[in-house]
Amino acid sequence: MGGGGAFSVACTAQMQIFIQTLVTGIVTGCLYALIALGYSMVYGVLKLLNFAHGDLYMVGAFIGYFAIQWFGGATALIIPVPLLIIFMMVVAGLGVGALGVAIERFAYRPLRNAPRIAPLITALGISFILEDSVLLLFGGFTRNYNAPAFLPFRQSIHIDGVNIWSVQIIVVVVSVVMMFGLRELVNRTLFGKSMRAVASDREAAEMLGVNVDRTIAMTFFIGSAMAGVAGVMSGLAFGQISNIIGFLAGLKAFTAAVVGGIGSIPGAMIGGLVIGLCESFSSSYISSQYSDLIVFALLIATMLVRPQGVFGQPPLQKV
Amino acid sequence: MAPIGVDEWVARSGDRREQNSGWRGLLARLDSRVGWWPRLVLVGLFALVYGKLLVGSNINYAQTGFNVVLYAILALGLNIVVGWAGLLDLGYIAFFGAGAYIYALFSSHAFGNLPLSTGGVQLPVVATIPIAVVGVGILGLVIGLVALRLSGDYLAIVTLFVGQAFAEAVNNVAPGTLGGANGLFGLKGFHVGSAMIGSTLGYYWFAVIVLLILMAFLHLLDTSRTGRAWRALRDDPLAAEVMTIPVNKVKVMAFTFGAIVAALAGTMFAAQQSSVFSTNFSAQTLILIYACLVLGGAGSIAGAVLGGVVVTVSQQLLSSPIDSAYLFYGILVIVLVARVRPWRHLAAVVAAIVGFGFGVHAIVGAISHRAIAGSPGSSGWFAGALRHFVIVPAGSPLTYGNLLYVAMICMIIGVVQLKGIRRLVAVVPTVYVAICCWEARLTLDPGITAQIMIGAILIVTMAARPEGLLGTRRVEVL
Repeated sequence: MGGGGAFSVACTAQMQIFIQTLVTGIVTGCLYALIALGYSMVYGVLKLLNFAHGDLYMVGAFIGYFAIQWFGGATALIIPVPLLIIFMMVVAGLGVGALGVAIERFAYRPLRNAPRIAPLITALGISFILEDSVLLLFGGFTRNYNAPAFLPFRQSIHIDGVNIWSVQIIVVVVSVVMMFGLRELVNRTLFGKSMRAVASDREAAEMLGVNVDRTIAMTFFIGSAMAGVAGVMSGLAFGQISNIIGFLAGLKAFTAAVVGGIGSIPGAMIGGLVIGLCESFSSSYISSQYSDLIVFALLIATMLVRPQGVFGQPPLQKV
Repeated sequence: MAPIGVDEWVARSGDRREQNSGWRGLLARLDSRVGWWPRLVLVGLFALVYGKLLVGSNINYAQTGFNVVLYAILALGLNIVVGWAGLLDLGYIAFFGAGAYIYALFSSHAFGNLPLSTGGVQLPVVATIPIAVVGVGILGLVIGLVALRLSGDYLAIVTLFVGQAFAEAVNNVAPGTLGGANGLFGLKGFHVGSAMIGSTLGYYWFAVIVLLILMAFLHLLDTSRTGRAWRALRDDPLAAEVMTIPVNKVKVMAFTFGAIVAALAGTMFAAQQSSVFSTNFSAQTLILIYACLVLGGAGSIAGAVLGGVVVTVSQQLLSSPIDSAYLFYGILVIVLVARVRPWRHLAAVVAAIVGFGFGVHAIVGAISHRAIAGSPGSSGWFAGALRHFVIVPAGSPLTYGNLLYVAMICMIIGVVQLKGIRRLVAVVPTVYVAICCWEARLTLDPGITAQIMIGAILIVTMAARPEGLLGTRRVEVL
């Protein structure tokens, strides 16, 4: 595939590093954006910082891993690879979505009218339980997806020395499709309308006949399912999973949601890309040790300049 | 007349409680007769008796005693920011860590390779503690000033990242001085001249003295003008500002006071452990401190201390097999007694659980002898009593335990959704599965079980009593 049209001019070495970093950043950013969307949606309807969301992503990655094992393991697959990938995503999406709904029903619904701090602490508790349950059930060691063994199209596309893996293309395409699907869902459907109504004023929405419980459950389902799919794709793209990947990924995604403006869907997408790019550029140009610190510093700076995020609306204070 | 700023119904909760008959009413009346200062003396006496019992006993008990007091102090500091001023500070761990690291830097070989000293800076404790406290106080002041621009969830977000950034920073910045992931070790203990605290028990006494002084100081602070200003800020910042309370100033003060208390705890922690690692100041520790505070009741001094005791002691109990069995079955009994009412139902449920267990055991045993050949994970007399009750296959395979664990989680979620008689019926197999799961799986990994239990305690506390054990329920004005 060497020498695609747009890159027919020979790239310099710096240019190659730059483009490679850009590609990595976009892929990571898409994953963060998918997780951030769930954070943002849940915050929108419940005004709850769901700290357990990152762990749902981790659970999704594990479901994907076991799907591979189910079909004979990485080296001896018994079904075609595209089918496997679709199966992994569907199962992880449905499974993690159901888990999200269960968590909402069990832990958050009884606390709808409790003080603001109560659901926050509950979310920390859920995060503890998810992380340690996976540790208990599957052990603490790092597992390998072995994606190169079964992804024949993991062969990279070379464009003047820049490697773009097919799995990266899958990640970007699936993420973009899901984001636009979500946008259409929120803007065009009845569910989207009721979700926006609940987000803007839950009591008023209830009085106007919106089924608030069902809307919130549905929001949790969609948000969690996206995190689950993101987990599968991160397993394919980065290869390694363990029970602790959720916390840091959740934190980064959360940064993305906040930078973009928490509660705003396009904000979460752009925030995710910004965080992904920021991380990949700082690790390839400054130091990989400091990349997390730089991301956190970016967040703190954003919050101080514009507390509601880049795309967020400042909250109205009712007196 | 109701105190200003408190809902009348809430304010009269005390009267209503007093009208309660039975032992609850008795306790409430007793509680109201004892003033605050006698209670402090009681806490001191309790600590004294515990300390005296410790002399010459197991080193683990002294360590538990020190941890209890340390977490009580940490919870008290967090209580100033979260409980009184109502500022959700998720970066509190950074102050604790900064205190510990400052102490470590000045009492170790960390600066040893600098030209001005050989063998590091080893200042006496009368110098290091003030340096740590003032340094971290300034840090708290700065973060407090930054936090002025933010409110509510946004404050929580920024402080969370301050906490994470602290852990990242000590791990990665200047590994030559801060030790990176290896941490700083071989710290000198608290010493003045040649006098030095050498044993864990010594640190226990030191911490108890700090705790008592701190409690007295915080009580005076709570009833002072500043304390009232904090509570006004917590209940309604806008109204507080209208009432000419300097909102910004008291916010920053709360942050600074909280940071100072955390720094004090940090110095003791570092000196007692004689080392510091960045992993000591992870989000897990923060959640543990929050667990102490919310379990005891945010906004209450006694609550924070009680929370510290309960959380730390249960963690300690969970690490020993026989004690953790007492804790598990104790909690099970308490939940059943508290949730299944009236007592006729309770008796029926307990009888049903016992019958169900032995019945299932007999049936499974008749089908396959190997399926019941394993022994329960608990030790002591429990194991004997449960031998013919729980189903543990030979060799107690992990897969079986894992399946039970998943089944238990699903059943608990299911039971909560059911109502009335259906719930009573569903409780029976749920409790049985929980007991089997405990014996077959959870006792095998006490460390993981402890973490799961902490998470469960947080969730249950929030669902059952969001104001904590000793907290007072407030009406939120939204």
